[in-house]
Amino acid sequence: MSQTNRFQEQSPASPEIVLRFPDLHPAFDKQAAVPEANRCLYCFDAPCMQACPTHIDVPKFIKKIASGNLMGSAKTILDANILGASCSRACPVQVLCEGACVMHRYNKQPIQIGRLQRYAMDALHASGAPLPFAPGEDSGASVALIGGGPASLSCAAELRRRGIRADIYDARPLPGGLNTYGIAEYKLTFEASLREIDMLAQLGVNFHFNTTIDAEKLEELEASHDAVFLGMGLGAIHRLGVAGEQMQGMTNALDFIAGYKSGSITAAPARVAVVGAGNTAIDAANAAVRLGATEVHMIYRRGPEQMSAFDFEYEHAKQEGVKFLFHVAPIGISGSEKVEGLELQKLEASADGSLVPLQGSNVRLPTDMIILAIGQSTHTDFLAAVEDRAEKVKLERGRIVIDRASGQTSNPKYFAGGDCTNGGREVVDAVADGKRAGVGIATWLEGENANA
Amino acid sequence: MPTLETTFAGIRCINPFWLASAPPTNCGEQIMRAFDAGWGGAVWKTIGEQVTNVSSRYSSIDWAGQRMMGFNNIELISDRPTETNLREIAEVKRRYPKHVVIASLMVESKRETWHDIVQRAEDAGADGLELNFGCPHGMSERGMGSAVGQVPEYCQQITSWVKEKARTPVIVKLTPNISDIRMPARAAKRAGADAVSAINTINSITGIDLNTLEPRPKVDGKSSHGGYCGPAVKPIALNMVQQVNSDFVDGNPLPMSGIGGIGTWQDAAEFILLGAGTVQVCTAAMHYGYRIVEDMNDGLLEWMRQKGYETIEDFRGLSLPNMREWKSLNLNYRVVAEIHADKCIGCQLCYTACWDGAHQCIHLDRADGGSQAVVTGIDPRYSHHDPNPHGKPTPAMRFAESVKTISTTPIPKLDLDGAGNDSSLTPLHRIPRVDADECVGCNLCSLVCPVEDCITMERVENGLPPQTWEERVAAGAGPIVVGH
Repeated sequence: MSQTNRFQEQSPASPEIVLRFPDLHPAFDKQAAVPEANRCLYCFDAPCMQACPTHIDVPKFIKKIASGNLMGSAKTILDANILGASCSRACPVQVLCEGACVMHRYNKQPIQIGRLQRYAMDALHASGAPLPFAPGEDSGASVALIGGGPASLSCAAELRRRGIRADIYDARPLPGGLNTYGIAEYKLTFEASLREIDMLAQLGVNFHFNTTIDAEKLEELEASHDAVFLGMGLGAIHRLGVAGEQMQGMTNALDFIAGYKSGSITAAPARVAVVGAGNTAIDAANAAVRLGATEVHMIYRRGPEQMSAFDFEYEHAKQEGVKFLFHVAPIGISGSEKVEGLELQKLEASADGSLVPLQGSNVRLPTDMIILAIGQSTHTDFLAAVEDRAEKVKLERGRIVIDRASGQTSNPKYFAGGDCTNGGREVVDAVADGKRAGVGIATWLEGENANA
Repeated sequence: MPTLETTFAGIRCINPFWLASAPPTNCGEQIMRAFDAGWGGAVWKTIGEQVTNVSSRYSSIDWAGQRMMGFNNIELISDRPTETNLREIAEVKRRYPKHVVIASLMVESKRETWHDIVQRAEDAGADGLELNFGCPHGMSERGMGSAVGQVPEYCQQITSWVKEKARTPVIVKLTPNISDIRMPARAAKRAGADAVSAINTINSITGIDLNTLEPRPKVDGKSSHGGYCGPAVKPIALNMVQQVNSDFVDGNPLPMSGIGGIGTWQDAAEFILLGAGTVQVCTAAMHYGYRIVEDMNDGLLEWMRQKGYETIEDFRGLSLPNMREWKSLNLNYRVVAEIHADKCIGCQLCYTACWDGAHQCIHLDRADGGSQAVVTGIDPRYSHHDPNPHGKPTPAMRFAESVKTISTTPIPKLDLDGAGNDSSLTPLHRIPRVDADECVGCNLCSLVCPVEDCITMERVENGLPPQTWEERVAAGAGPIVVGH
């Protein structure tokens, strides 16, 4: 078992974290799953399937749950989405499959597609059965994949099913990228992400951990592989740009989330301020509450109407007890060695819509920790043109430009997908990108061989 | 105010709802509780020579999450001593004189034995007798039950023995396990029976345990064919009830107590509209208890009030004239499906059903000019086009297109047109369109549509006078050709 569970076994699985982050959407049991599956109308060319970036044939897998064919159901899911287990937990289903469900126009409650998908995937995992796919016959070709997140994992699975070797290079000690380190634990646990990658690894994917790829290393990989897939996601979270950002008590949402998920953070101080109002900011704020903070504030320059978090995430944060300070901007950090407070200035909208500071409105929010969640920078410097080096692939505002259908970049040997191409969307978008790129690479390699 | 009081074969009934001879009428204690709950009568669990039952006895078919769509039993007749049953009949009649108690009887096929049991049941105070010629399992292997009901001569012989002795009305219970149920019904009539009841249960194997390969219900690893009943059998029962009640070969049909899948007042009304004077219920009472009769009484009365019927007799048999042989149906009547776009939720079940299960005349082209298609009014039954004459995309082509589209998760506030964003309106391209010139009016789309009144079948004139197949053949005409 050690070989098949090699990643899962490395999960910290802290009992404290398990206790503090129970499932937001608990698993269905059979008595709940089967009647829910029977409620599905079995739409033709179903809107849920269309809405899913990976186009999982939702009615097909749901009917298999109803008939008791759980292995077939899981295979239907995996056929379209190799990370079907993570996506069933992490997807914002309200704006995807479940948002598109025709039941909104029928008896109003959409089919709980996410929970049904998890039910089928859990059944497969619990059965101990291997992944229902075998690697293809070795084609002799090999691809280097930069980054071990959902885009690369999905791309690698497509390649392996076609007999193409897949070498994944990741800077972290464990695979999965944000799927493992970045999703709120009450949605997708660290362990569940690793368990799924253990399954995927059965296809014969080669992982190279603790490996950062710079321009030089990239040249090596390009020379030693037939194609390169870029799936390294985004870079660090932006800084505020005010004095004191080095103080103890300053962190960012990604480090904070990765810290508690991987076991290095087990508690939050009493007062926490989160700057930003996107989905990641909310995940960090909710985590702070669950880790013991008694007063968690979110700081946002605009109002609730402009928040980039999904509405249901905003509602969830309010239920967790997070307080929101709208129309304020941080202008300074108080404290000596340790953060003691955040200096805020009120903003108001001017005639042209831009925000202008309201003079004399400064307030100080006492806090023990400041978590920044104001967007990530890109991580494509190693691809960009420098003095003696041409641009490796075409970039636009730091993002890699691709052909959406094939994932191919301006450099035919390079393909890309996920956050480094779209600026940061969902796991399922990265999986879909990786899948298309996997097919795209295989098709391109065939063409190259035909021309050779 | 309408009343449910009625008279059946001379028996006064406070309402037409009787419990059928079955486990719910096993003993007096049960029947008295049933009468308290509102049942008008009960046919006692069949009395005869004492039997030993097997364990287990019942099995069922679930459908789409609903339990007991169909129910099956291999239980025999009463396993209690006859004296006990008769003593309790007397007690029930003493305490509930206005309620109907019918003794269901089954004994070996000897004249004296039948005379004896008839005498004892009537002496106990039964209001009538039901002869169980229908039980399809166990007892039939011993020459009783459906072994009698399946042979009209035996049915006639035993009924006549009973009639020699009986002072109360005699009801013959018919088995559906026969090719023409009218034959035993005629035999019963010839023998002087006062009424019939139909149907008894249908021979069945409800299913097999896919782990152990044992059929159900399991008796020590084995099973035996049982009697099928419950909601699943109602259409079969209605057909047989109609057949018997429309049979005038030996004069007017006998009064009929309708049985088979009845669980609601609507079911009961349908049996009565096809001529039944009372109805008998078993499976629904076994599923939900005696309390279901409250709505049966209440609902039927309310429906009668709305329709203006004062008594059961006011509407009994009114649907019989509407059942004809196929050859007497109007060939020139035409309906066409109409999809009401304002109600459509976009599931496209009608589309796939029409393509795979009907006549390929529903298309997904409202957003591609289909809405402008001109209806010429030709009747496809007479124009006989090749399938899909306008070369519309097949479901497989539609599906292949759809999976090629690239969808992304909408970013809040930015992607207002995200696929999942506005679910309150059905997008035009998801609303199917009926090609009225190709629609044969089969009903399938309206049957699969989950939304009430979303697909209606609308009558259209084709300019042809009414004509049945019988009339067409008599006129010496071949198939009519209309249009081109």
